[in-house]
Amino acid sequence: MTATPTSTSTSAVTAGAPAVEVERLRVVRGGEVVLPGLTVVVPTGQVVGLLGPSGCGKSTLLRSVVGVQRIASGRVSVLGVPAGSPGLRRRVGYVTQAPSVYTDLTVEENLRYLARVLSAPSGDVGRVLDLVDLTDRAGALTARLSGGQLSRVSLAAALLGSPELLVLDEPTVGLDPVLRAELWGLFARLAAGGVTLLVSSHVMDEAGRCDRLLLMREGRLLADDTVPGLLARTGARDVEGAFLALVHEGAAS
Amino acid sequence: MSASLTFATAARVLRQLRHDPRTLALLLVVPCVLTGLLAWVLSGTPVFDRVGAALLGVFPFVVMFLVTSVATLRERQSGTLERLLTTPLGKGDLVGGYALAFGAVAVLQAVIAAGFAVGVAGLDVAGPLWLLVVVAVVDAVLGTTVGLLVSAFAATEFQAVQFMPAVVLPQFLLCGLLVPRGQMPSALSLLSDVLPLSYAVDAMHTVTTRSDATGPALRSVAVVLAFAAVAVVLGSVTLRRRTP
Repeated sequence: MTATPTSTSTSAVTAGAPAVEVERLRVVRGGEVVLPGLTVVVPTGQVVGLLGPSGCGKSTLLRSVVGVQRIASGRVSVLGVPAGSPGLRRRVGYVTQAPSVYTDLTVEENLRYLARVLSAPSGDVGRVLDLVDLTDRAGALTARLSGGQLSRVSLAAALLGSPELLVLDEPTVGLDPVLRAELWGLFARLAAGGVTLLVSSHVMDEAGRCDRLLLMREGRLLADDTVPGLLARTGARDVEGAFLALVHEGAAS
Repeated sequence: MSASLTFATAARVLRQLRHDPRTLALLLVVPCVLTGLLAWVLSGTPVFDRVGAALLGVFPFVVMFLVTSVATLRERQSGTLERLLTTPLGKGDLVGGYALAFGAVAVLQAVIAAGFAVGVAGLDVAGPLWLLVVVAVVDAVLGTTVGLLVSAFAATEFQAVQFMPAVVLPQFLLCGLLVPRGQMPSALSLLSDVLPLSYAVDAMHTVTTRSDATGPALRSVAVVLAFAAVAVVLGSVTLRRRTP
């Protein structure tokens, strides 16, 4: 698949308030500085990919956005209010890195519980099952599902109640290429409907499916650009090449 | 806190148990087996009538303590807790839901264990039988709430399991089962006054030895419930939406 971020995404950047604004965010975990002072903006209605190697601080940034990360200093604003505000709890969907589902419940029981917690409309469980293509597994005990199916249950749970912002921590890990393509298709459709998606991945070739990319390394932002913009700037042929070029550039300066 | 979300959480916990029939069977059968074994070991002595009822109060406390601390630790480690804390679910809803669910299991456990102790093992009970069940249920609820509180301090399964001897055994030694609380050194006697299991065992002792047990037993039950309530509040307070 080729990259699709063109005129539509750039116009969305300028139009309206950003979905997420992070300003000089500093996070220290276990005595180690994970994010030394990150500033980044996620525009509304786009699929924004957060890419970088394992351990670069992606999950910490996402945890800060959903308001479960204790932060040392800085400001994280989500949909116009401070991250973690009670008013956001129905407006932000979150998929943790490990599939956060009860393995001793069926798929449907898992989703029904979260639907009640979120006061999602009746019928929402069927809708999200359909979106992640798990309708035929609704009655299966979650423990018996494959890893890919598990992460889709986790994703389905985040879609309950149709949140305005979806924060997805590596949602496509372990999925076969066909399913991965389907999910990125789903993300694009959601974004077209006005939903903002902040999706992390350590697989650089998923970058092509994002409207915008945030490249991270060692807690710092290497780039915040569209894919074509990034490739043009670095002269690289793919995102991985661009990442390497940016790291070299940083080392040289 | 919302009643609807608390009940939804309790229903979810019970559904999880339903998919795990072995755990459910262990919860219900183990107290009976232990009571029967104890009665057999002590057959021909008057000791069973003295300690049998007290143990009927201790078993549900211990079992529920363990089950709850492991269940909540699992919730922490699987990421489900982190997700729940980003939803409108209140911390009190979560802790209350667990207490409610395991309290319901405790009712079943207490009815079966008390029925077995009296009907099969031949425990003599001077007070009303229903009171025996009430005390056992309250003890189980105490175990659940203390387990919830303690699990906040356990980072691994190893730690969670170690909390059982650390939290339960001192209370067991001091609850008056081995030596009546009045005959302990005064420091220990004072210490036993501030431990919840002492009141649980007091209540059981009253029910089995006094025909006019209702009033005094219910006073001890009230103390145990107060401890449980404090544990729920502390458990909710120590549960943090933001973690390091």
